[in-house]
Amino acid sequence: MPAEANTRIMPPALPEDTPRAIVAHHSTGDRIFRGTLRASGWSVFVITGLILAFLIARAAKAFRFMGVRFLTTSSWVTLSPQHFGIAAILPFGIMIALIALIIAVPTGIAIALYISEYAPPRLKRSLIAVIDLMAAIPSIIFGLWGLLFLEPRIIGFDSWLGRHLGWIPVFNFRQNTSVAADYAGSTFIAGVVVSLMVIPIVTSLSRQVFSQAPQGEREGAYALGATRWGMVRTVVLPFGRAGVIGATMLGLGRALGETIAVTLIITPAWDFNFRVLQAGSNSIASRIAVDFPSFPQGGSMGLSALMAAGLVLFAMTLIVNTIGAIVIGRSRSGLATAD
Amino acid sequence: MAADTETTQTAAPEPAADTPLRLRTVTAEGVLTLAGAAAGALGLDWVLYERVLPFSGVLGFWVSWYALFLVLYTAVAALQWDKLSVRDKFCSVAFTTGGLLATAIVIDQVAYTLVRGWAAVKFPRFFTQTMADEGPLSPIQVGGVAHALVGTLEQILLGTALAVPLGLLAALYLAEVGGRAARPVRTLVDAMTALPDIIAGLFILAFCVLTLGLPKSGFAASLALAITMLPIVTRASEAVLRIVPGTLREASYALGGSQWRTVLNVVLPTARSGLATAVVLAMARGIGETAPVLLVAGYARGMNTNPFHGWQTSLPLYIYYEVTSPVPDDKIRAFGGGFALVLLVLVLFTIARRIGGGAPGELTRRQRRRLEKQDAARQIEAGQRLTNSGAAEGAEA
Repeated sequence: MPAEANTRIMPPALPEDTPRAIVAHHSTGDRIFRGTLRASGWSVFVITGLILAFLIARAAKAFRFMGVRFLTTSSWVTLSPQHFGIAAILPFGIMIALIALIIAVPTGIAIALYISEYAPPRLKRSLIAVIDLMAAIPSIIFGLWGLLFLEPRIIGFDSWLGRHLGWIPVFNFRQNTSVAADYAGSTFIAGVVVSLMVIPIVTSLSRQVFSQAPQGEREGAYALGATRWGMVRTVVLPFGRAGVIGATMLGLGRALGETIAVTLIITPAWDFNFRVLQAGSNSIASRIAVDFPSFPQGGSMGLSALMAAGLVLFAMTLIVNTIGAIVIGRSRSGLATAD
Repeated sequence: MAADTETTQTAAPEPAADTPLRLRTVTAEGVLTLAGAAAGALGLDWVLYERVLPFSGVLGFWVSWYALFLVLYTAVAALQWDKLSVRDKFCSVAFTTGGLLATAIVIDQVAYTLVRGWAAVKFPRFFTQTMADEGPLSPIQVGGVAHALVGTLEQILLGTALAVPLGLLAALYLAEVGGRAARPVRTLVDAMTALPDIIAGLFILAFCVLTLGLPKSGFAASLALAITMLPIVTRASEAVLRIVPGTLREASYALGGSQWRTVLNVVLPTARSGLATAVVLAMARGIGETAPVLLVAGYARGMNTNPFHGWQTSLPLYIYYEVTSPVPDDKIRAFGGGFALVLLVLVLFTIARRIGGGAPGELTRRQRRRLEKQDAARQIEAGQRLTNSGAAEGAEA
């Protein structure tokens, strides 16, 4: 009977199936609610736009005065023979950030791997708390600690590096000396302290990605006879590569913008050099913090110059951070937090 | 029960209960190799670093000790195990030291600040005095942090009041509305979490102080704090909202609830403890911010309880000014301020851990006890009603 029916009544050739569009009709209350949420979400863009707009407006005077020379001038004189630029403070700041990353990224990855792969469950929770606490320790405390605890203790190590590895260009030293003052307030010490502030960022972001590595593949690796390190190397690390790169970028953004700890530690220098152990360094953020109190009035060139430096810093970190956030978002999508 | 005994009688005797095979137990070889390598490295390091080669410095000593330790450990391990396990052991040890190092640094920083700060804090007047009467030659007993404490608390509360509503709404947008359009918002919020903190101060200076004419005050500082806290609140709350089970939302929709009702009555109450944690963590981060406050709060040596008028000092700002002062006693005062700040952060952090930590919907012990009590009361009530109605029926009959 059903077969007969089939043969006799052939359905007319239908146009291709198109999925029915599902349209949810929201009530008025819901529409208002969703509108409010959407507006609040997009307000982040408004704030970023406002920051850009006001920094540009306030920096215009300095840019107009210095023009392209703002990028090529090393000195920072904003009183009468005005002559200022970021040719020294920007590369010094980048050096500090790079040293911080060279220390923080391997350490952060090691800690993240220990927490996600090696630590027993009970220890895992307390270690995560320790890393969170490390992120919450104020940067002024890092500054105090770096200035008065770390610096006297690290100078011996510095002078050892300077004397024995001085043939490596970055460890090169102007004169062969063991006077402590020649090593104090260097790019290297600032970099070490900033690295401690970057470690929590790198650790917590990489840990989240590592812990999402698929269980099936881990077990597959073990079933093929992998040791734990073999499993980590072939499953967890390749899986987390994008997350680690994104975490590194966000860490770089944080390191570039670190203000107070760097300000407390460095002694300002105005001729850029790659000798990281030598006393004297600089960064845009610390320049703003140090120079600001001298310019209480709104219209002064000094303040406008600081705004210009701040704008460069903001634009740079925003680009670095956005790339980092996109990379992290990619590595996260399709996993537990899919849209 | 009866069925059980029957099957056991007919089937083969039951095997002994499975004991799970314990992997990676601590072996004597493992521990001894570690200890031996550590001790050997210590000795070798001492001979080389202190006697043979002209090095100096505490930090250098421990760095070289660690390098020697890794070399020795690998060598000793290579004597007894195959190549694969040597590599495995090496990585375990290296990663474990990473965890230990982080813990050691955190403990060191907290302890160092507390110990150095004790010299100032041991005079209880430190918490009740301001710096108004303090001169460059005043002894350590004169001058305190009372004004900075008040400023910090007012600024962080105002900043939280400004940042939390907006941050929470933005998080709700990301988690509840979502969709393709939300992706750039999430990216920007991620990017903003690592934004230089001094930029927030610079922005408030350019926008509110110079353009709108708001005077430098505690309120301007709390605006700057709000901008640095906003992305932190949003990120953390979104992570919490995301783990609210979708089935709860669907149940509410199935009962005819609209979306805003669902969010208000189901999602937010379920995520309450996690959201509280997010807020408190953001407060802990915000309370220590110096750079945003530096540009817009001004610096007052005396007490100013009004955040909307006049310059106001917060704890981080107090520490910054004291530590950059050339007077030796001021460094001690800076550590005293650090003592107070670290304590505040630790307290906030502990509160955050206490209220949060569990998954959404998971109850704390006290909540569970309260629910149990309510349940019991309800059962007793129901039982009484039953007996009452029974008695009434009996009386009627």
